[in-house]
Amino acid sequence: MSQAPSETRTASQASRDARLRALAEFWYYFSENKGAVAGMIFVIIIVIAALGADWIAPYAPQTQFRDNILQPPFWQNGGSTAFLLGTDPIGRDILSRLIHGARLSLFVGCIVIVLSLTSGILLGITAGYIRGAYEVLLMRVMDVILAVPSLLMALVLVAILGPGLENAMIAIAVTFTPHFVRLTRARTLAEIKRDYVTASRVAGAGSIRLMATAILPNCMAPLIVQATLSFSSAILDAAALGFLGMGAQPPTPEWGTMLAEAREFITRAWWVVTFPGLAILLTVLAINLMGDGLRDALDPKMKRS
Amino acid sequence: MIRFILNKLALLVPTFLGITLVAFVFIRLLPGDPILLMAGERAVSPERYAMLAKQFGFDRPLLEQYWHYLSSLLQGDFGNSFVTKQPVTEEFFARFPATLELSLFAILLAVIIGLPAGIVAAVKRGSLFDHGLMGISLAGYSMPIFWWGLLLIMLFSGTLGWTPVSGRISVMYFFDTVTGFMTIDALLSGEKGAFSSALHHLVLPTVVLATIPMAVIARQTRSAMLEVLSEDYVRTARAKGLGPFRVVGLHALRNALITVVTVIGLQIGVLVAGAILTESIFSWPGIGKWMVDSIFRRDYQVVQGGLVLIAAAVMLVNLVVDFLYGLINPRIRHTG
Amino acid sequence: MPLLSLRDLTVEFATAHGSFRAVDRISLDIDPGEIVAIVGESGSGKSVSMLAVMGLLPWTAKVTATKMEFAGRDLLSASPKDKRDIVGREMAMIFQEPMTSLNPCFTVGFQIDEVLRRHTTLTRAERRTRAVELMGMVGIPSPEARLKVFPHQLSGGMSQRVMIAMMIACRPRLLIADEPTTALDVTIQAQILELLVDLQKETGMALALITHDMGVVAETAQRVQVQYAGQQVETRPVIDLFRAPRHPYTQAMLAALPERAVGGRLPSIPGVVPGQLDRPQGCLFHPRCAHAQALCSEREPDFLDGVRCHFPLDETGRPITRAVEEIGA
Repeated sequence: MSQAPSETRTASQASRDARLRALAEFWYYFSENKGAVAGMIFVIIIVIAALGADWIAPYAPQTQFRDNILQPPFWQNGGSTAFLLGTDPIGRDILSRLIHGARLSLFVGCIVIVLSLTSGILLGITAGYIRGAYEVLLMRVMDVILAVPSLLMALVLVAILGPGLENAMIAIAVTFTPHFVRLTRARTLAEIKRDYVTASRVAGAGSIRLMATAILPNCMAPLIVQATLSFSSAILDAAALGFLGMGAQPPTPEWGTMLAEAREFITRAWWVVTFPGLAILLTVLAINLMGDGLRDALDPKMKRS
Repeated sequence: MIRFILNKLALLVPTFLGITLVAFVFIRLLPGDPILLMAGERAVSPERYAMLAKQFGFDRPLLEQYWHYLSSLLQGDFGNSFVTKQPVTEEFFARFPATLELSLFAILLAVIIGLPAGIVAAVKRGSLFDHGLMGISLAGYSMPIFWWGLLLIMLFSGTLGWTPVSGRISVMYFFDTVTGFMTIDALLSGEKGAFSSALHHLVLPTVVLATIPMAVIARQTRSAMLEVLSEDYVRTARAKGLGPFRVVGLHALRNALITVVTVIGLQIGVLVAGAILTESIFSWPGIGKWMVDSIFRRDYQVVQGGLVLIAAAVMLVNLVVDFLYGLINPRIRHTG
Repeated sequence: MPLLSLRDLTVEFATAHGSFRAVDRISLDIDPGEIVAIVGESGSGKSVSMLAVMGLLPWTAKVTATKMEFAGRDLLSASPKDKRDIVGREMAMIFQEPMTSLNPCFTVGFQIDEVLRRHTTLTRAERRTRAVELMGMVGIPSPEARLKVFPHQLSGGMSQRVMIAMMIACRPRLLIADEPTTALDVTIQAQILELLVDLQKETGMALALITHDMGVVAETAQRVQVQYAGQQVETRPVIDLFRAPRHPYTQAMLAALPERAVGGRLPSIPGVVPGQLDRPQGCLFHPRCAHAQALCSEREPDFLDGVRCHFPLDETGRPITRAVEEIGA
């Protein structure tokens, strides 16, 4: 009996309902984790701050107030509400620089994840699918990248490419790619043995279609969790490179770069050192909390109490 | 067991070769002319350029150059620093003990605190201690340790004056280097207060470097213990009437240790990255600081050689960890 | 005096959906040297009740009883240390999955030696002799060599033999065997059961055999307790139970045995054991009972005369007729 049009409509509606239900179930498990929800709220705040930096920040990040050099935060003696978190050694408002720095940090995270995730997925799926010499060679190259500690590798790459935020992002993305490649390849190898893949192949599905529609969706859950945690690592690594002077260059208000400039003032002006680092810590913490919550909600094994 | 180790060794060789390839290509990828870079000279006459090219072997085919490079490496010749003109290997081994000492203290601290904390958190699952530990460890591995170090310096060296700001030992001590480990050498020298000064200087850098590994080890130990504690053989141990300390500390932990050893091994790479940052903050004269300084000084011979040496050291340590893992895991020890 | 005496043993688990009563007022007496079988499907609470007696349940379980005594000693008020002195020595248990029940990191010899060291004062040499003796008793060939073996090097049947050796090492007065053969090959199952029965005869210990296999019950037990969804529904001597089961559930289970099959199809019991969220009102079995009547869905029957049923079956297999008023308050 062929499907009547009303039946087809209900079929697609049923799949939409199924997706909504899956989403609702996911949200139910995710929201049980108070920390993950708190992390998510904080991340949303940071995103808003980053997107609306031009309007939210009291001043432009490069504006110098020569009369207000090294002014302490507003609650200390000598501070004022004009500069809530104080000013830095050349009179720039720290709060404004932090807000603009949020934009940079999120930008870094996004670019690094996009780069490493796409290359990781492409390389991983093809490796698991094609096998042979291609796979062996690829995995050995990944082993080489993994054998060198990530920050060292990033430093060497930046030494070649030259200091700067863009090059730092590329360097960090290169060090992250092997993790995604390994993950995707492992999942691909497992999925390929499954019956539905064999069935699709017998039905005549082309390789690319197979990889994209059959294998890829089943890799998504661990990839999402890994991507979230890599996002926070990317922010940390970019800040580390900035701190070492190999990342974003002054006067860019990247949080790590701000810390590099603040080093000599740890005895004189604690606020110049404390706030940028605190911003890094809280952002990374929030993202990691979210990542933990994501992992618990997506992993069926953990669903029982 | 033998087969297991041989397999790991077999993997090492292509990886090491790959790293030498990266290092070899590194100099040729840098902006600027590699020959001039290696000579450390700016503009030269064409005759001198041709002479330099011949001296560094750039007139030979690429493959031959790589072969020459590789064989020099294997003979221990990593070239000379552009800046100090001393052999790279000499500079590396002069600074390596400093990093090694710091790393050993750090990993010891991380394990001594992280492991028991993770065990207790697993046994007392859901308690205040458990939640508190999870929170602290999450903060620990979210921590930008370069900032954490500065913060601790501000507090303990600045405000409280308890610890020194930089260096490995107070400048008033001077004695011969025997092992390269400041603590041991201080003890051997017999000078009063030298050992305690060395320890004082180690405190903050160790805490900073140990922060991330400690947090990760605590977390992973808890996770491994939770899994093991729900296994059938733990129930069997209880069914034998064994006391809780033996059940947890021997039957459970012994199995969880298999996972934890792997985790500790993974922290080696983290330690090197952390060492780079920690040594920068505390002016600790180790190979981390050496690499950063060399990149800034454009001492590319050092960067190239340092890359290979550090990677080789890391791979060696990983091999030792793999060996330990093989010993601990009975399935590998007795059949693998 | 009975060796093990349980009255109204109840076990409740704290779960995400509220409190779950896995064991509901089980009463049981086991005399010294007796072989008792505890039968039921999964979800009947047969394992949980015995685990509760041994003190092996996780912390989420709440165990209550009006009486839980072993050899006259009260287990409910005993300190954890006192309980640990009894467990493994006078009261022992073997489990369903022998392959995962032995610690993979230690040799078989170590694990047997451990229980001897805990509960006896034998010297190292004496313990070793006893270990070899035990391995021989359970039918393991070349026992001295096998002491140095790791669990992953053993087959399922061998692992279970090692478990048995380990648990009878201190000559317990009661051995609880929780589905000891379910996870093993069919050919090995008979061997292990035979081993258990032989050991019981040799040592005179009481044996509590938990199983879902009525055939096993017929061959080995002297007395049977049938459990359903956490409650005991019938407790009778084996011969009586098999000749004339009084509870409809028992009758249905016996009818499902291949040996008793008449006709082309094996009769099965329709429906499933109620879980946490779908407990029926009144008698727990009534939705699946072929003889259910109106009263069965209203009031839960008490356990009287060895059976929990408003209308227990007579010798011919039909429910006795009773006026509703007879069935006491």
